[in-house]
Amino acid sequence: MSQWGYVAAGWLVVVVAVVGYATAVLRRGRALSRRLPPEERRWL
Amino acid sequence: MTTRLTNTDRPGDGPPAAVDGGPHSTASPATRVLGVLVLVASGVLAVLGLVASPADTELGETVRLLYVHVPVVAAAYLAIVITTVGSVAVLWKRSQWWDLVAGSAAELATLLTALTLVTGMIWGRPTWGVFWVWDARLTSTAVLFLLLLGYLAVRRTTTDQVSRATRSAVVGMLLLPNVVIVNRSVEWWRSLHQDPTLITLDPKIDGLQLFTLVFGIATATLLLVWLLIHRFRVAWMAQRVEAHELDDAIAVRRAEAVGS
Repeated sequence: MSQWGYVAAGWLVVVVAVVGYATAVLRRGRALSRRLPPEERRWL
Repeated sequence: MTTRLTNTDRPGDGPPAAVDGGPHSTASPATRVLGVLVLVASGVLAVLGLVASPADTELGETVRLLYVHVPVVAAAYLAIVITTVGSVAVLWKRSQWWDLVAGSAAELATLLTALTLVTGMIWGRPTWGVFWVWDARLTSTAVLFLLLLGYLAVRRTTTDQVSRATRSAVVGMLLLPNVVIVNRSVEWWRSLHQDPTLITLDPKIDGLQLFTLVFGIATATLLLVWLLIHRFRVAWMAQRVEAHELDDAIAVRRAEAVGS
């Protein structure tokens, strides 16, 4: 593999992992917030 | 939102399973602004790291891997510092708020430490010729990762909030000393890993390379803050939903007992 191949692999791993994790957190938050009254999710 | 750590701390009236009203998300105006900042900064970092900054005279193009590896390491360390500070606060103040902060930060630290190991391995292959060696820096980072997994495992061993907070806080206090060992390992033992590049009186890089690296660390810090806020809010809501469901179950049992 060329040097650029390793560079692409490294950046791709980080982007996929972070975007995947962020998506999972946001979706779980959306699901949970539907089960709570508004006064318990008044964010600052 | 600060709450004392207690198993009886739950709102009095159980809500229905689904409640309307208000935004259904963990977002707020501040996190939206922060999220846009993170997106813009990430785009700029990609341009700087992959296009604008020059190849290194020794490392060649693989220096571009450091623009994600080093920021990920820095964010992982910061998340671990927050976990340990939160753990101390849990044991000292019996604070539920700090317990949720510590747990959220530890989950992020685990992800970031895993990415540290993976990006380090990808960098090691073209630089050292192997993905992995049992070198002091790599081994101590692997131990740190296992310790973080242990912390998350301890949080799942019980549903009792007080026990969970106390036990995980004890493990959480071990994390920061481990980071010091990881950070200093290249100085304390003979190591294949390079010496500190930035934290020195005479940084080994300069110009656009130095700027890109520092910009990457700032971007990763912003990303960590954004993720931590959302993850904390998820943890807070999960704990509230659990308390409400317990109240509902108790109310149903009481109604059944009165009816029989």
